[in-house]
Amino acid sequence: MHILSSILFIALTVAGFGFFAVNAKKIYRNIKLGQSVNRTDRSSERWRNMLLVAFGQKKMFARPVPALLHFAIYAAFMITQIELIEIFIDGVFGTHRIFKESLGGFYTFMISLIEILSVAALTATIIFLSRRNLLKLPRLNMKELMGWPKKDANLILIMEIILVLCIFTMNGTDEVLYNMGKSHFEGQGSFNFTISQFIGPAVFGSFSEGTLHVLERVGWWGHFIMVLSFLNYLYYSKHLHIILAFPNTYFAHIEPLGKFDNLQAVTNEVKLMMDPNADPFAAPAPDADAAPAKFGAQDVQDLNWVQLLNAYSCTECGRCTSSCPANLTGKKLSPRLIMMKTRDRLEEVGKNIDTNKGTFVDDGKTLLNDYITPEELWACTTCNACVEACPIDISPLSIIMDMRRFLVMEQSAAPMELNTMMTNIENNGAPWQYSQMDRLNWKDEN
Amino acid sequence: MSESLVVPTMAEMMAQGKQPEILFWVGSAGSYDDRAKKITRAFVKILNAAQVDFAVLGTEESATGDVAKRAGNEFLFQMQAMMNIEILNAYEIKKIVTCDPHSFNCLKNEYPGLGGNYEVIHHTQFINELINEGKLKFSENTYKGKRITFHDPCYLGRANKIYNAPREVLQKTTATIVEMKRHKSTALCCGAGGAQMFKEPEKGDMDVNVLRTKDAMETNPNIIATGCPYCNTMLTDGVKFSHKENEIQVLDIAELIANAQDL
Repeated sequence: MHILSSILFIALTVAGFGFFAVNAKKIYRNIKLGQSVNRTDRSSERWRNMLLVAFGQKKMFARPVPALLHFAIYAAFMITQIELIEIFIDGVFGTHRIFKESLGGFYTFMISLIEILSVAALTATIIFLSRRNLLKLPRLNMKELMGWPKKDANLILIMEIILVLCIFTMNGTDEVLYNMGKSHFEGQGSFNFTISQFIGPAVFGSFSEGTLHVLERVGWWGHFIMVLSFLNYLYYSKHLHIILAFPNTYFAHIEPLGKFDNLQAVTNEVKLMMDPNADPFAAPAPDADAAPAKFGAQDVQDLNWVQLLNAYSCTECGRCTSSCPANLTGKKLSPRLIMMKTRDRLEEVGKNIDTNKGTFVDDGKTLLNDYITPEELWACTTCNACVEACPIDISPLSIIMDMRRFLVMEQSAAPMELNTMMTNIENNGAPWQYSQMDRLNWKDEN
Repeated sequence: MSESLVVPTMAEMMAQGKQPEILFWVGSAGSYDDRAKKITRAFVKILNAAQVDFAVLGTEESATGDVAKRAGNEFLFQMQAMMNIEILNAYEIKKIVTCDPHSFNCLKNEYPGLGGNYEVIHHTQFINELINEGKLKFSENTYKGKRITFHDPCYLGRANKIYNAPREVLQKTTATIVEMKRHKSTALCCGAGGAQMFKEPEKGDMDVNVLRTKDAMETNPNIIATGCPYCNTMLTDGVKFSHKENEIQVLDIAELIANAQDL
């Protein structure tokens, strides 16, 4: 019997992690479809940013209520990983609570801590569910979330509840069995775990020994299977942030928010244009790129890999959209939707590559127009409210800017008034049509 | 009241063999826009009163290219930037002050990558320094009993994390400073950024400047202060939209201080 369950355990583990690895590789490949960008400089600042923003959740605390609730789930999740080590050892070797003997009082402390955090997490999860479904918080109930995104969010919360219930079923029944001297753990007494020593006898006290043994196993296997399911569900959901928030904050834009990148391809061209010694008819240098550089982004492959990582990391919380001046005044632009659509398109491109044996075959679609419309892009005031609001340093603004660049520089498709403004700058060095010679007239006016 | 301002240009300075301590970057709005020109003049009044050794580029100044960049025209931006950098470097400029947060951000953050390295400060920071150093005196009681709320320009605040300098200046007056619900890092944009100033807004329920002016009006201010010529225009329009122009003034920090000077 031990051998059979060990084999089943090992098989499930290998299948669970294997399947996840296959999908994780796909995510990695899709992110690498992006253009290169150097985000490995200033590593000590980057580590610091990751520690503060991802590990310490600094930006979440701009809204203290959800921040505390989220922190409860986060802390429970982190600490429960320690218990998983024991589950794996017990699962493989058919042991029961392998660490209890050797760790003694510390074991009781750890499991108690997990239990306390689990109760906090359960409470938080229930509050989160009601914020979404009963209180109907505006940013969690916008039209853009109808359908799958809403189901996805609720499913994650429900899975968390099941996970916590499994933990308490496992510990609670084992407590009762141990009281009776019938636990798989040798001896008789109480585990003294803060919560289950009370709720165990209260809930399961009247159950027969046989039922208790079955329930204990249901809790144990349920916990383990939920962990594997959750791990594999990540790939299909918005919940990848539990892993990707860390690289995402490490590779984030750590410059002042107002500093937009200067396109190197443009710099090269402008320098050539302004160089009086440049020969306009010279043959291109032999090492010049075969394909001329594309200015701005039309599709996901034109974005850089950090922007694509951003898209996978987004958990659709909508803090960006709820602080966006365009969205607040009823325009079509929603920074969250920019991230969701970027991910949708990236996944579509990924599937295209999978079905076409490793190469992307043109499907006649692009991120621009088929997913994100110029109307959305032109509504942005570049105010950085979305970037500031994002708890994990995602920049919807950088994607908007790169797509604007494509519209203007590759398609000359700026709104007409902006073309007038740009012509003025070209002709007289100001966005309005005034002579450069009048620049100092203000001095004598009153 | 017509005062004459002392505004030396870099060309004049150079002809006299002088190098000013600081260049005042006027910016396109400050040079041409009727409302913004008043801010420029107010700031020069302050510079004159504090006897600051400064100069302007005058007709040699050209748009920073900031609006073109935000509109997506990186070519035009870099052409403007490189042209300006050539002039700034030729005059060996080390320090720049400007009243426009957009020029400020662009010169400070985006010019270095193209060969223009300067110490750039915003006029609200500069005015704060002048007062702290005792170089600028003003009558502290001018705004006694007035309620002033400060609107953070995005490119000063969020973009460059300068939230305190303008507030410190305001605190030096005896006015009551009231904060809007959305302020500092959560301040709402006035609606002009990202080249919106130069185009019609997209279809929506309301204009951004109207919403932002509502934020400001909730604090019952006598004066809405700001530090950006574009924000100034948008909020002035917002106040007019609500027919409050007789009760609420929209003023730049430079104007507030220039008006409070015992000159």
